[in-house]
Amino acid sequence: MASDQLIEKPISTLETVVIRFCGDSGDGMQLTGGQFAETSALFGNDFATFPDFPAEIRAPKGTTFGVSGFQLQFSSSDIYTPGDRVNAIVAMNPAGLKVNLPDVEPGGIVIVNEDEFTKVNLSKCGYPDGYNPLEDDQIASTYNLVKVPMSRMTKESLADSGMGAKDINKCRNMFALGIVYWLYERPVDATKSYLIQKFEKKKGLPKIAEINIRALEAGYYFGETTELFASRYRVPPAKQEPGTYRQISGNEATVLGLVTAAQKAQKPLTYASYPITPASNVLHGLSNLKRFGIKTIQSEDEIAAICTAIGASFAGDIGVTGTSGPGLALKGEALGLAMMLELPLVVVDVQRSGPATGMPTKTEQADLLQAMFGRHCESPVIVVAPRSPAECFNIAIEAVRLSIKYMCPVIYLSDGYIANGAEPWKVPDVSSIPAIEIAHPTMADIPDGGFKPYERNSETLARQWAIPGTEGLEHRVGSLEKEAESGNVSYDPDNHDAMVRVRAEKVARAAESIPPLEVNGETSGETLILGWGGTYGSITTAVRELRNAGHQVSSAHLQYLNPFPSNTEEVLRSFKRVIIPEINLGQLSLLIRSKFLINTIGINIVKGQPFKVETLVEEIKEAMNS
Amino acid sequence: MSTIESKETHLPVYTAKDFTTDQDVRWCPGCGDYAVLSAMRKAMPDIGRKKEDVVFVSGIGCAARFPYYMDTYGMHSIHGRALAVATGVKCANPDLAVNVVSGDGDLFSIGGNHTIHTMRRNLDISIFLLNNKIYGLTKGQYSPTSEEGKITPSTPVGSIDHPVNPIAVSVAAGCSFIARGIDVDMKGLDHLIKRAMAHKGTSFVEVYQDCNIFNHKAWWYASQKETRSETTIELTHGEPLVFGSQQDKGIRLVGVRPEVVTIGQNGVGMDDLLVHDEADLNLAYIYSQMAHPEFPEPIGVLHADPSKPTYNELLHEQIESSKQSGRNMDLQTLVTGNESWEVH
Repeated sequence: MASDQLIEKPISTLETVVIRFCGDSGDGMQLTGGQFAETSALFGNDFATFPDFPAEIRAPKGTTFGVSGFQLQFSSSDIYTPGDRVNAIVAMNPAGLKVNLPDVEPGGIVIVNEDEFTKVNLSKCGYPDGYNPLEDDQIASTYNLVKVPMSRMTKESLADSGMGAKDINKCRNMFALGIVYWLYERPVDATKSYLIQKFEKKKGLPKIAEINIRALEAGYYFGETTELFASRYRVPPAKQEPGTYRQISGNEATVLGLVTAAQKAQKPLTYASYPITPASNVLHGLSNLKRFGIKTIQSEDEIAAICTAIGASFAGDIGVTGTSGPGLALKGEALGLAMMLELPLVVVDVQRSGPATGMPTKTEQADLLQAMFGRHCESPVIVVAPRSPAECFNIAIEAVRLSIKYMCPVIYLSDGYIANGAEPWKVPDVSSIPAIEIAHPTMADIPDGGFKPYERNSETLARQWAIPGTEGLEHRVGSLEKEAESGNVSYDPDNHDAMVRVRAEKVARAAESIPPLEVNGETSGETLILGWGGTYGSITTAVRELRNAGHQVSSAHLQYLNPFPSNTEEVLRSFKRVIIPEINLGQLSLLIRSKFLINTIGINIVKGQPFKVETLVEEIKEAMNS
Repeated sequence: MSTIESKETHLPVYTAKDFTTDQDVRWCPGCGDYAVLSAMRKAMPDIGRKKEDVVFVSGIGCAARFPYYMDTYGMHSIHGRALAVATGVKCANPDLAVNVVSGDGDLFSIGGNHTIHTMRRNLDISIFLLNNKIYGLTKGQYSPTSEEGKITPSTPVGSIDHPVNPIAVSVAAGCSFIARGIDVDMKGLDHLIKRAMAHKGTSFVEVYQDCNIFNHKAWWYASQKETRSETTIELTHGEPLVFGSQQDKGIRLVGVRPEVVTIGQNGVGMDDLLVHDEADLNLAYIYSQMAHPEFPEPIGVLHADPSKPTYNELLHEQIESSKQSGRNMDLQTLVTGNESWEVH
């Protein structure tokens, strides 16, 4: 078709668009969404992504529980979440449509692969016999329904490629991506080079790269020539601070943060872990960084993993283990040991929905109390929680720093949402990140001999980290109660009382080494919204909307949960009302109430999903009127 | 301790006293653990390692107090986890000589999983199982190595558990050094400790240890002078399996089954006897099935295969080779990634 026959489509400019790709878990939706994000990043938009996939790797084809989705918000202004209401959806099959249509705003664009809406497939996803949503008048009148025979057109466009039906079929997602690239004025170049890199360079499959590129272009040209779309949409680049940017997910940032911390401490890092969703790709990421002296050990179980990390720390490495909630439960006893031994240890917990196996691929914030108290007896540890994908980098470094400075385990609470979600990140200049100081004692530091392994730094209360291989400092540590200073086994009642208190006091003193809690908005007034960890994006966006609408409301977000920043009580007491939204039944509320005797109003929704901004705005309004 | 400068290593000359801490040993008087501790302290000066390079790790149980009494680096960890801790110690610093001393409950019940996986990985450490076939520290319940029918506080009408066979488990897990000794046999223990520590790979030494409070005389048949020549058989590499107070009995293989024979009877000569070969893992399995009273129980080095690469060695080789490739070594480049873009 010659281009001079084309009627130029009108272009509407939008500030923000939320798009969702959905289909079978084998349809390549994560890859498709990831490519759209990459392209939008290069285009200069701010963005946030939310991959949402089932725990089943390849659930029975066409079923609703096998649906995999990838949502992305891209914008010409600053955004903090992947968005609530979907403006445009690409559904590769009826199950995808069925599951995701309720999230699409009325009037939203619904692009479907109509070839997949067969009788068999409609029945697989539980539509009543004889019903086809594509023929439903109500759907047609509510949404801007765009029916595209994607399977057939992909097949036709690749008919002369000489490739088999199976390979050709797998290109449907690229055809779909091509359509939306055209619809939102995105160039196809970045995805083309990605496909060449992935299939031709890495896997030696140039033909596969070629047919995927051809399908991508076919989709793009289809958008251009078809009469199905009334308009194209333009989302201009966002104004961003000058600098080098990259896209980053929370787990990637955790990996980079841990490596950077090890480099800044000039120490090898041992990461021992047992695979568990959604923490496994921290293990994968670090396993590729052996050249930075990172040792990764895939342990036989969760308990072995933490104990191996403890052994590594005892011998002078930075010992780190990673897991999710169920694994943290298994590590509880060993955390008590690390706390008793007073050795550095970082435990990464990428929280997921539970309890028990729960909904492993879905997010939740319900391990806070486990992190605080999920151990026998008096065993406080330092607890930190990054607030966004990119912030995982800084907080991972903080976890290592605090762990070494206070000779104490640190639990790092990420969650499935920020771990898998991605956003643009202004890459820091690593040379500007301060060194992590470590001083292992030697015989020269003990002029009179008689090394005392539990002698403490008067400021931090940390003991010294003397490591095996150091002449003259041979000593034993153990899980039995220790005599102050000497570290010898002691059953003395007063000694135990003193040791329990000094270990708690040491953790409390870490407050002197963490930044104060910052307030977004007025620093005193009617209402403060207090959050922690991965809900920062939703809360910040909701508070911005409320403030724009004239409400007097401020927010503060905790990334340090134990100890709290030293000004926490002061901040909270500056407001008449403290509202705490959490993806649990009120765990931070419980901590705040018991520690400060301050009343709190909880907003608690535990659906395995991040907060919707819209819901938060409504709930906050209601709480402000209570 | 005096220091003499040997040509290569500057290794101090130690005595057992240099490996003795100032802590009072708190085992019950008469406990078999004393003998093992004493053998360990005496063997240490001869293993060719500086004491600051030696680490003892244990779990929980009577035997697990061991590290407190050895003047080296040490960690008394939590129940069952000694091997997981030792894995971290050895991987962090492969130059350390890492040893685990623990009991049958610790290594074969609560920590059984780690025993299997440490052995299959062939981590270069030495494991000393002080097997007293009972739970001592919790006052006498049956252990995973207790015999069926054992009467204990938790099994008043007799245990219905079939016991685990530590040697057979080690064979199945592919342990590269398997040995067995007896607490009262100081000479034998000294030899096994030194062999185990010299072995590259996971060394497993089962020590028959008497709990004189809760399971006294469990190993009496094997440990007493009057009976041991008939109830045990000392293995020597390359030598036929001969035992008996008159050295007149031996073990011969019928198919894959061992059989006790009397030398000189029914036409059996020395040439008919099984010859011990440390390298043969199959023989170690056969030894694991030779149990009192049907058979004399094999004592000594049952299996040794120094050719198997160790876990820590392979771990460090991978790290070193990726460092040596010299590619992508810059932290800033790593953090920036290869899909970055500039905003001006």
